[in-house]
Amino acid sequence: MASVDPSNVGPSSTQTDTAPSTNSTAEDARQEDTTTAATGHDGNAASESKAETKIAVSNLNFWYGDDTHALQDITMNVKANRVTALIGPSGCGKSTLIRCFNRMNELIPNTTLEGSVHVNGQNIYQADPVAVRRHIGMVFQKPNPFPKTIYKNVIWGARINGYTGNEDALVERCLRQAALWDEVKDNLHGSAYNLSGGQQQRLCIARALAVEPDILLMDEPTSALDPVATGKFEDTISELRSEYTIVVVTHSMQQASRVSDETVFLYMGRLIEMGATEQVFTRPQQERTEAYVTGRFG
Amino acid sequence: MSQPSSDASDASMDLSANLYRSPREQLVKYGLGLCAVLTILTTLGIVGILLYESIGFFSQVSVIDFLTGTDWEFAGADPSFGVLPLVSGTLLITGIAAAVAMPIGLASAIYISEYASPGARRWLKPALEVLAGVPTVVYGFFALTFVSGVIIQGFDSTLPPLNALSAGLVVGIMIIPMVASVSEDAIQAVPKSLAAGAYALGATKFEVVLRVIVPAALSGIIASFILALSRAIGETMIVAIAAGATATLTANPLESIQTMTGFIVQVAKGDIDQGTVSYQSLFAVGLLLYLITLGMNLAANWIIRRYRENY
Repeated sequence: MASVDPSNVGPSSTQTDTAPSTNSTAEDARQEDTTTAATGHDGNAASESKAETKIAVSNLNFWYGDDTHALQDITMNVKANRVTALIGPSGCGKSTLIRCFNRMNELIPNTTLEGSVHVNGQNIYQADPVAVRRHIGMVFQKPNPFPKTIYKNVIWGARINGYTGNEDALVERCLRQAALWDEVKDNLHGSAYNLSGGQQQRLCIARALAVEPDILLMDEPTSALDPVATGKFEDTISELRSEYTIVVVTHSMQQASRVSDETVFLYMGRLIEMGATEQVFTRPQQERTEAYVTGRFG
Repeated sequence: MSQPSSDASDASMDLSANLYRSPREQLVKYGLGLCAVLTILTTLGIVGILLYESIGFFSQVSVIDFLTGTDWEFAGADPSFGVLPLVSGTLLITGIAAAVAMPIGLASAIYISEYASPGARRWLKPALEVLAGVPTVVYGFFALTFVSGVIIQGFDSTLPPLNALSAGLVVGIMIIPMVASVSEDAIQAVPKSLAAGAYALGATKFEVVLRVIVPAALSGIIASFILALSRAIGETMIVAIAAGATATLTANPLESIQTMTGFIVQVAKGDIDQGTVSYQSLFAVGLLLYLITLGMNLAANWIIRRYRENY
């Protein structure tokens, strides 16, 4: 559990991007398997912001079976307390990539991963996957609350992780953070299945928050929601960004531009471009990015 | 097709009924219907005979005496028809079988669906089906000669060779595949997204299985238990061979007992005159057995239906 505890972050692993090149060198020295740091896009990202690096991905390759090379040489940084959007056409690897951030990829049999993912400076692939997931929450494409009461859904993860504090207070706090409290406070012991899709998805956020992660991964969280529920969900994301680092996979460019600070564009398993959202959408550096964000393909 | 014109008749299109195919369609329909009706009629016939003979029985023995009597003496000058010793024999066998089959069957189901590698699954599932395919007479023989003769009497040779324990254990082994396969279906039906949600919260595999998957599949698992138990209640050959033929009201598994099914076999093989009370008692016990298993199957169906509505 201590292996990726955020409190363990020492000065050596806290990377401030004031000097991007120095940062890359330090990264190289620490991860011996890393040969080259990020190329152009790394510089772009760094120049846009002064945030601390939360997730550092280097030379990540991922295969389904023997011949589907789903991720090819991905190197990127996710900044702390920002919303980072992963965009790209269907099958570009964005969902695969986000699953590599909390080792959910390992639940799929017959897959291979090379390269490294560091969270708070620690290689999560040299840690216990269960401990990793305790610190990195995830919200899925389709709402997947447990067939239990709303209350039990929120407290479930906290309980298995040995939470001994005031459960009622924790449930209330998490439901408030997920902007669901006012809608469910009178029915906490009713079935989660009686909630609407949007409410269920916010319940899944509350459930993830109860474990007190410092990163929230969201894999197309609004793809099963109607526009009104989507709007509400996006408001929730915006409110959470001050406390959490959020990575959101989306197929909606509008959503990416509405909610994210940083945008990563993937195409055919490769990282094409990453940078501040505003820059990626208005002044893309790569032709393919421009074609995608302007709607010419995808 | 182009736009329908006002001239609807098209000489190239023959719309008259086919003289050969139309009667065949009718014949198939009624033929299939007849087969379906036959099975219903057979069931009705069996229940009708059970009821008819039972009414004859209950005109001479009161229902209360039958259901609450503790002495079963169906032959002889002064017969007594208290069914409780037979019911207790059946419950004893079923209880022992349940203690064997429910934990082992459920554990196998969880192992096959959640833990086993694809390779292990490939041979485990057929192996269970082989177990389900063993004829019950072989099981009965196994209970008598090995479980009772070698194991139980190996501990204490003064124990009766015919006893409830050996029969119950082997009935339990017989119904393991049923528990395992129905429970496994229920576990497989739990959406994978629930497990993914639990893993993402930092749960271990065992926590996911114990606290998400099994609770979500619980009604299907309970249904598998009930189906298997109703099979155990109705099981005849193993108990007829290995449990004994002494209707005893006891909870001691090492005694020789008789179950409802065992009694029916004994009487059906014997030479009791038709029309006597002793003969009719056969049908009364048969009716009771039928009602018990019917009730359990209905309960299982009800539970399975409810569980399907869950997600």
